[in-house]
Amino acid sequence: METPNSTGDRIAQYLKDGKRFDGRKPGEFREIFVETGVSKKAEGSARVRIGKTEVIVGVKMDVGAPYPDSPNKGNLMVTSELLPLSSSRFESGPPKFPAIELGRLVDRGIREGKFVDFKKLCIKEGEKVWTVFVDIYTINHDGNLLDAAAIGALVALKTAKIPKYDGETGKVIYGEYGDEMMPVSKEIPIVTTVHRIGDSILVDPTLEEEDISEARVTIGGSCEGKVFSMQKGDSGDLSIEEMHKILELSENVRKEVFSKIDKFFK
Amino acid sequence: MAKDFKRPDGRGVEDIRPMKAEVGVVPNADGSAMFSFGNTIAIAAVYGPKKMHPQHQQDPKKGTLRCNYNMISFSVTDRIRPGPSRRSTEISKITEWALEPVLMIKNYQNMVIDVHINIIQADASTRCAGINAAALALAHAGIPMRDIVSSVSIGKLDKQLVVDVDKDEEDWEEGEGATDIPITMTSSERLTHIQLDGKISNDELKQVLELAKKATKKVYEVQKKALKESLEVKE
Repeated sequence: METPNSTGDRIAQYLKDGKRFDGRKPGEFREIFVETGVSKKAEGSARVRIGKTEVIVGVKMDVGAPYPDSPNKGNLMVTSELLPLSSSRFESGPPKFPAIELGRLVDRGIREGKFVDFKKLCIKEGEKVWTVFVDIYTINHDGNLLDAAAIGALVALKTAKIPKYDGETGKVIYGEYGDEMMPVSKEIPIVTTVHRIGDSILVDPTLEEEDISEARVTIGGSCEGKVFSMQKGDSGDLSIEEMHKILELSENVRKEVFSKIDKFFK
Repeated sequence: MAKDFKRPDGRGVEDIRPMKAEVGVVPNADGSAMFSFGNTIAIAAVYGPKKMHPQHQQDPKKGTLRCNYNMISFSVTDRIRPGPSRRSTEISKITEWALEPVLMIKNYQNMVIDVHINIIQADASTRCAGINAAALALAHAGIPMRDIVSSVSIGKLDKQLVVDVDKDEEDWEEGEGATDIPITMTSSERLTHIQLDGKISNDELKQVLELAKKATKKVYEVQKKALKESLEVKE
């Protein structure tokens, strides 16, 4: 169900006083819960809950040909499915724009943040490299699927083991693993989204808040203050001052989010 | 900023490639325009406002802006397979979001404005050229607008900020590599679109916004001139 106007107006009114329905401050996240090993068949997987929002992310790997412009690097494919089971708003069928956007934003967060060392995923230059598939599935949609998916992708990749590969037959032996783990960097690129509703700037919206959001900026960056990827969404505009505020809030939020998932990266 | 920084094509760091703009390039359309940054050429055509079809997509509260960004298969070195891709789908949506704030879209209930953007020749910054052409085509179609939007890409090559990134610069690998930041603003300095790929600090980003403010003003002048000229020629 869409959020009724009366509810939307009240959310906006509350925000003017810096208040939200669930008692959070505008710059505050809901409780983040992360669990790994969701599927034993996956090379790595994670479940992320942010409040009532839940996604599962799995990593599968296969050996294939490299792209001509990167003969010595492995490939990355991030896709997402907004499952009809997770919300009455999602329908089955070919992916529509929101699913494509979710996949691409997570993809660029990982790629631009240089989280995976793709050079280490080269088996034979120009011929055989690992392709890493990161697949995102929504389980329950209560706003901010994107930030949840981005966290899930990081943790799933971090915990992924590389399956054995038989160089003679050219086949991957799924289910058998050596000691090789996914080569990931120490610097963790966190992707978070900041929204503007009226004159208020907030993070981690619930579904109702997301419905009345006028503009949003998704920013991927490190806890050390670097920004790697950014994209503005929705048809509202922003002043330059608002953009400055968004950049600063985003940097703080990255640190907060990382502090909740850092146990997976030790 | 280093004064002796050399861009591959010899431009100054704040120089935009030669810009060309022309409206009325597609006579069949309700409005159309061409916009180019050097070797990057985009054309855009507007059809509408017209009744949205199929009917179930009609929005009784406001009109719909529907953009379609497409690269011609021979616009780049390696032929692009015709048809939509994930990249083109995303750019189409981003273009809608960049343009919608200046349209009075509420006035067109149940209607749709179609904007078709085609990239004829690509040398980076294609989405910016596409947005500039689309903004011109909408104005040329006589659709009431609060303002016009102007788009330009800001780049960071190693540590140096530059305006209007071309393909050689997009592929910059020395030092910190290339960061590409396409930005769209209204002439009253409201941000309607920003994207970023690369690595940059918050302080540098603030400088990027200042550069974009100046650069989009230059694009705006070119757009304004093209629209004025189109009115003068008719006799």
